[in-house]
Amino acid sequence: MSDFVNQFWNWYVILLTAISIIACSVVLWSQNITPVSSGNAATTGHVWDETLEEYNNPLPKWWMWLFHITVVFSLVYCVLYPTLGSFQGVLGWSSSGQYAKEMAKADAETKPLYDKYLAMDLPALAADKEGVETGKRLYLTYCMQCHGADAHGGKGFPNLADNDWQWGGEPAQIVETISAGRMGVMPAHAQLDAETIKDLANYVRSLSGLPADSLRAAKGQKAFNSVGCSGCHGADAKGMAALGAPNLTDKVWLYGGSEATIIETISKGRTNQMPPWQAFLGDAKVHVLAAYVMSLGKGGESK
Amino acid sequence: MKLTHDSIERNVWLMVVLTILVVSVGGLVEIVPLFFQRSTTEAVAGLKPYSPLRLTGRDVYIREGCYLCHSQMIRPFRAETERYGHYSVAGEFVYDHPFQWGSKRTGPDLARVGERYSDEWHRAHLINPRDVVPESNMPAFAFLEGNPADAAQIETKMRRLRMVGVPYSDEEIAAAKAQLEGKTELDALIAYLQGMGLELKNAK
Repeated sequence: MSDFVNQFWNWYVILLTAISIIACSVVLWSQNITPVSSGNAATTGHVWDETLEEYNNPLPKWWMWLFHITVVFSLVYCVLYPTLGSFQGVLGWSSSGQYAKEMAKADAETKPLYDKYLAMDLPALAADKEGVETGKRLYLTYCMQCHGADAHGGKGFPNLADNDWQWGGEPAQIVETISAGRMGVMPAHAQLDAETIKDLANYVRSLSGLPADSLRAAKGQKAFNSVGCSGCHGADAKGMAALGAPNLTDKVWLYGGSEATIIETISKGRTNQMPPWQAFLGDAKVHVLAAYVMSLGKGGESK
Repeated sequence: MKLTHDSIERNVWLMVVLTILVVSVGGLVEIVPLFFQRSTTEAVAGLKPYSPLRLTGRDVYIREGCYLCHSQMIRPFRAETERYGHYSVAGEFVYDHPFQWGSKRTGPDLARVGERYSDEWHRAHLINPRDVVPESNMPAFAFLEGNPADAAQIETKMRRLRMVGVPYSDEEIAAAKAQLEGKTELDALIAYLQGMGLELKNAK
């Protein structure tokens, strides 16, 4: 509350608050009259049913005391908490201060645990039951929206539970993927004619052992090298982790392995981003998450 | 005239004036000074007015009632900041007219959803949320893909916003229409979401 554009607003708040409290006190004090129960005392002036009148009596004492207590409470509050303009209150309380305290307490509790995890190398942590369980909690908070609660991914979102790694499955590569994110770009090949693209699609299907037109596949194999597919996917079509170019010879499909989908992938290209998380999560959480992802890959079948 | 029970009760206009006086104190003390505080009126570092595309997306957000299920206000509690990021501060909303803080979370808070997911994720998610989050109960907004972004009103919108203090320049307003060319409402909404809360995204 210390950032008013000028001092007027400081005094404005103080004065209005003070006037309100004083006004309440004055009203209470003015009601401090002796109750009457008989005789010729003043009435409220209301008359019902010809003769029925009401004495002008105050509220019951206990009720009045409740109002007095609210006045005392507000005065104490004004002293302790930020109420009066720029005055911070003797307790120095603020919502951001309370938050900082909450975070400091939580950090003190979790730091020993994260320090322990950070000191373990990833394969060891991936085999640690408790570490993996911690990673799972983090995964379900930050990662499941894209990769799914079971880590099986979806169309365009890699399956983390198998043993196929688009960007490499070494510990350092997994950490890099989570920390800095990845941007996978398959360029559009609009310059190729439809027949060539269909040949290529059949070749790619044949690589994975899927039913394909063998004549087209043979033509596609030639085109694979001549139009530049091998530049990223390699002459053996086994992919290149450094570029995020997928292995085309396995049965893992990011977008789908039907002929129509492969044709769409080749002709329109694909852009796929994994956002960077280091700055948001910090090294410790990235480390534990990487271990969790490693532990998932282990159980998966390698194809 | 003496201020007695009798005179107040029998004089309705006196009662009206006194009632207004009493009920306005809270607003005068707690709301009015907010318009004269730096932290509530000055933009946080790096905050820019909405681009024409994002502004259009914001209007789609309001039209579709996204605020009914999504808040844009991260409260200063660990339970919220661990999940969403730094708590929201007033200076992030100075170009919001009106702000979309909301008060109900059927879905998650969106104040810092910017750059958290890829554009493709948003596209898939808005077209059919179940495709990426099977547990989701969010409605599908596939029809946004077929709606062209509304360019006819964009200049008027920006000029009106300038009247309430958003610093758009004449050049920006003149260039607005061109930026919406060929864009769909889905593109606009994604652009709006991807820019949200970036200023304090990684602040601790």
